[in-house]
Amino acid sequence: MSNLSSSKGPGQEQSGLRLPSSGKTIYHRPLNRTRTAELSQASFAYLFGEMVSYAQRRVKGVNELEQRLNAQGHPLGLKLLDLLLFREPPRSQLRPLTIIALLHFIKQMLWTHLFGRQADRLEKSANPETPDEYMIVDNEPLVNQYISVPREMSQLNCAAFVAGIVEGACDGAGFPARVSAHTIRSPTNEEADLWPGRTVFLVKFRPEVLEREKYVKQ
Amino acid sequence: MCMTVFALIIINKAGGLILNRTFHEGGLNQLSTNDYLVLAGTFHGVHAITARLDPLKNQISATPTAPGGIPSRPEPPSGLEVMETENFRLQCFNTLTGTKFLLFTDTTQVNVDVTMRRIYDLYSDYVMKNPFYQTEMPIRCETFDRKLLSYIREINNNR
Repeated sequence: MSNLSSSKGPGQEQSGLRLPSSGKTIYHRPLNRTRTAELSQASFAYLFGEMVSYAQRRVKGVNELEQRLNAQGHPLGLKLLDLLLFREPPRSQLRPLTIIALLHFIKQMLWTHLFGRQADRLEKSANPETPDEYMIVDNEPLVNQYISVPREMSQLNCAAFVAGIVEGACDGAGFPARVSAHTIRSPTNEEADLWPGRTVFLVKFRPEVLEREKYVKQ
Repeated sequence: MCMTVFALIIINKAGGLILNRTFHEGGLNQLSTNDYLVLAGTFHGVHAITARLDPLKNQISATPTAPGGIPSRPEPPSGLEVMETENFRLQCFNTLTGTKFLLFTDTTQVNVDVTMRRIYDLYSDYVMKNPFYQTEMPIRCETFDRKLLSYIREINNNR
């Protein structure tokens, strides 16, 4: 902190870092001050559009592009986990200890912080061969609102960025996982018409997480 | 009384056709793709020449503003805005960047400027904020098409 506030230092001109005249930066602000602050969705849409175009440079195919978007989101998730836990009332400032608690935390706290509403559904994989897979369903991801994916890239879902945030939160909580975003049509036709961009975030935990989970439950 | 929006054409600033949608079957005759391209190019040329005929607005708004005030940008000459035939009415909206929206409606259609405004809103949301759209190229945006269709359908069904 101390080196940030000494803005009159001689080396300041070269660094290109511009500080407000009061010497106060974003790091001096209390963490709770922006709790209810909102941002313009239009400016986010333009910024995210540029992030996608940037990630698209020099990539060979959809998988690599999704990986890059995922990597852009990952550090955000790590930091958001800490911030959101810090903002909880002191009594419930507990790190989630089970998979279910973690996923509920993501579905409710993380989603509300990022998008102003909870995720639409939380599901466990029905397939007995993949007990390590969980699904977070968002009927209309905010990041995809203005995006139309061209036909030749139909596999792409730009919510891979959000998947990266979720992955970062899981990793930070000590539940290492791989998270990917998939566009999946709703089972019923009328719902499919209502939410054409329905996105499923597939959370696949590492085997050691499930192993530990067994002991925690006992 | 029958009010219908027949078709929408969007022309880029170079005079190229970038979107052509028909909403109401039987309202207008269909042309071949080539003819639509010619229509777009011709309209672009006619619009540019009619804009040069329009000297008045430039002189009025060229008056200097108060010192320290923000200098007002002269309103661009508007050129051709409405064209009417016995069966349809063509309304043109020219954005500040030179993109033209041509809306073909019934001659009795009211509030065309509101419709145009809303279409421009949809265009700036679902086309310009889409990272996969390259400016000045033909518009292929699924969400834009969907929103546009449902909006026009709403108007055409409310008649």
